[in-house]
Amino acid sequence: MHDNTMTVHLKVWRQAGPDVEGRFESYSAEINPHMSFLEMLDVVNEDLIKKGEMPIEFDNDCREGICGTCGCVVNGQAHGLERGTTVCQLHMRSFRDGETIVIEPWRAEAFPVIRDLVVDRGAFDRIISAGGYVSVNTGPKPDANAVKIGKDLSDKAFDSAACIGCGACVAACPNASASLFTGAKITQLALMPQGAPERGRRVRAMVDQMDAEGFGNCSNIGECEAACPKEISLDNIATMKREYLRAMFTDN
Amino acid sequence: MTTLDSRVPEGPLAEKWSKRLHEMKLVAPNNKRKQKIIVVGTGLAGASAAASLGELGYHVDAFCITDSPRRAHSIAAQGGINAAKNYPNDGDSVWRLFYDTIKGGDFRSREANVHRLAEVSNSIIDQAVAQGVPFAREYGGELANRSFGGAQVSRTFYARGQTGQQLLLGAYQALMRQVDSGSVTMYPRREMLDLVVIDGKARGIITRNLITGELERHQADAVVLCTGGYGRVYFLSTNAFNSNGTAAWRCYKRGAHFANPCYVQIHPTCIPQSGDYQSKLTLMSESLRNDGRVWVPKDKADVKTPPNEIPEEKRDYYLERKYPSFGNLVPRDVASRNAKYVCDEGRGVGATGRAVYLDFRDAIKNQGRDAIADKYGNLFHMYEKITGENPYEAPMRIYPAVHYTMGGLWVDYELMSTIPGLFVAGEANFSDHGANRLGASALMQGLADGYFVVPFSVGNYLANHKVEPVSTDHAAFEQTEEEVTAYIQKMLEVGKKGNRTVIEIYRDLGEIMYDQVGMSRTPEGLKEAIGKIQKLREEFWTNVKIPGSGDEFNKMLEVAGRLADFLELAELMAKDALNRDESCGGHFREDHQTPEGEAKRDDENFCYVAAWAYKGGDAAPELIKESLEFENVELSTRSYK
Repeated sequence: MHDNTMTVHLKVWRQAGPDVEGRFESYSAEINPHMSFLEMLDVVNEDLIKKGEMPIEFDNDCREGICGTCGCVVNGQAHGLERGTTVCQLHMRSFRDGETIVIEPWRAEAFPVIRDLVVDRGAFDRIISAGGYVSVNTGPKPDANAVKIGKDLSDKAFDSAACIGCGACVAACPNASASLFTGAKITQLALMPQGAPERGRRVRAMVDQMDAEGFGNCSNIGECEAACPKEISLDNIATMKREYLRAMFTDN
Repeated sequence: MTTLDSRVPEGPLAEKWSKRLHEMKLVAPNNKRKQKIIVVGTGLAGASAAASLGELGYHVDAFCITDSPRRAHSIAAQGGINAAKNYPNDGDSVWRLFYDTIKGGDFRSREANVHRLAEVSNSIIDQAVAQGVPFAREYGGELANRSFGGAQVSRTFYARGQTGQQLLLGAYQALMRQVDSGSVTMYPRREMLDLVVIDGKARGIITRNLITGELERHQADAVVLCTGGYGRVYFLSTNAFNSNGTAAWRCYKRGAHFANPCYVQIHPTCIPQSGDYQSKLTLMSESLRNDGRVWVPKDKADVKTPPNEIPEEKRDYYLERKYPSFGNLVPRDVASRNAKYVCDEGRGVGATGRAVYLDFRDAIKNQGRDAIADKYGNLFHMYEKITGENPYEAPMRIYPAVHYTMGGLWVDYELMSTIPGLFVAGEANFSDHGANRLGASALMQGLADGYFVVPFSVGNYLANHKVEPVSTDHAAFEQTEEEVTAYIQKMLEVGKKGNRTVIEIYRDLGEIMYDQVGMSRTPEGLKEAIGKIQKLREEFWTNVKIPGSGDEFNKMLEVAGRLADFLELAELMAKDALNRDESCGGHFREDHQTPEGEAKRDDENFCYVAAWAYKGGDAAPELIKESLEFENVELSTRSYK
């Protein structure tokens, strides 16, 4: 590992707005290898601002890999090459001194570009609002231990619930499918007894909404799982398909 | 002389909340449909409040600065949420949770609020489980618990190290369900820049659409502010990059009092800073201290020796040594301060000497690597990602970092600010944690306020106050929007000619705050800080450089606006810290300590909430005191020995 500095060359997608043509711009930066990828972009931006140019806009918030706000395609991979890592948790020590890094926004029809690397992922919220919940109002509920849930089952549900909704799965998929995101929520709620009464209605509504938003279909390529920073398994898509099929033949 | 009415109900502590609930007036279902409520912020408090109000039949407009309500910083909370269920049968009760919280807050919170928090804590767990939140479970199928600092019982419910995420997603899903039903309209990527007050009541907000830069007017019958804390005043903190104090600060300038701004929590278990390019600090859950042992070398000469080569007899497990009954599970302020002491002595480890070890060697030996991985796997993974070191093999290095602000807008028992119709919930208010917050109680307060207090107190307000309909053409909307426009214009004008970037000035502010309004404070340091902040504010308004314009997506302009507010709030924090001539909780004054170096309170003179009222322009704010009455617990010196 380097201890002092390294130089990186960037080719960054710049696009002033949704209806404006975008292009790649080149920049160079001298940086500390301990920086995170976003801190590297901060440094580049400080430089651009001082020169009177517009900084590169990118979405980010917690910088701890949990909020799902950040995300861009780095050298052709959503969130970069490192497995199970959001771009905010990617560190410059994973790159070579003198390397050229290509940075692009998520590219999918359902995620229109807002500016530079910032895209609109509102479609994900609309998929959740179509049925990605348990219909209970706030108010008195049975004691939390009234329904026992086995540890294995609850752990499995948690594995699906860990999705951060960043959109990398869509960006990585050649069809721009949202099946991993949608499948993860469907699987979590289908596993939990609380989600059972709406199981069929939920999967139908969510899948319909996913299609209406303009996401492509899943053709089992598996790039989504490879790009997912939370390593959400492809099994979630299989479960979604099974749940959908089941819902076609049952009332719930 | 202004006075503050906390409106705490009469009667025995345990009956106050149910009594108030019975007294509250109701709004009939057909009238609820006609009333509109604004909820600003959609973290745990905001999402749960908006969802619950929507379910009741009100029309809710909900706003967030992020692209989706699922991004709120509540999502980053790791460790867990407290409740007095007593499932482990270790003697917990509502009273104990209440008592631990009062004591943890160093007797600087309102008894009635804290008791209500403990009372509704159990309902929160029931509610979340009903939503399908996948809490950790035992093999028998019951919910698992663990312990947190400041408590001798296991009352913390958790979902791996991602409890905040799972609880937020539960509340977010409840919110999206209301969006689907049409009762809630969601406005993402909006920043609240001002409050519109008509006839003395909160009647709307001015927001900036962060994509187009357009200012927008939104009217309502009541406004609920759930915008989180102001920890980013330190620049480096564990808070998300977009967390800010702007909405709360603008409400302060419209007449809401700001309470206890000097109460800041420094969290003991964060990944230490490694360079000056750093943009934020990362927290490691306090739950790690259940099994991890905190130590530094006994001898200064050993600080550069690899930890695994330091034999047992040369290690100082200083928390276990000084606090035998709580050990590594002392509350956060105590753990943080002691980490600072050992580093100040020159026994800190790591490249900067500002870190202590958190060691899992013994836990792995006793319980096995799998058991530890099961409990803390994702935290270990995160640590390794950031530092490039494997905590299964060498101890973690940790250091305290700014994490949570206990101060916030002053609210009465029903969470209403001094502006009628403006409610404040979660971290944005000051109400429940006193001078220090115990672990796993931020999630508890956010959800208690949002699910179980605000929905009723807003209804009570609407039923008791005649709120005339207004439109956004009203002169007050016009004028407030003009003021916001002029403010942004002024900033952009300076920004065109200035030489120092927003981030440069922001880092300077952070440094002043860390050094002089941070983990320990002195009167001289605070006075110096006030002068430095004023100077820096002047520099901002004459020399800041801001790229681009106001009518486009412009992140730096957003940050500049937040920094301008922090430059004012920081001064109030220092003034409040100077005024509070005692040590309590997270507010540690070096001139008030016991011979053992513990915080020394002055109950005679400072047993009050310091609420500050804005007096316009550069005029000094007025200090209004709400004296704290302790009828049920005895004010005692906190001891974790």
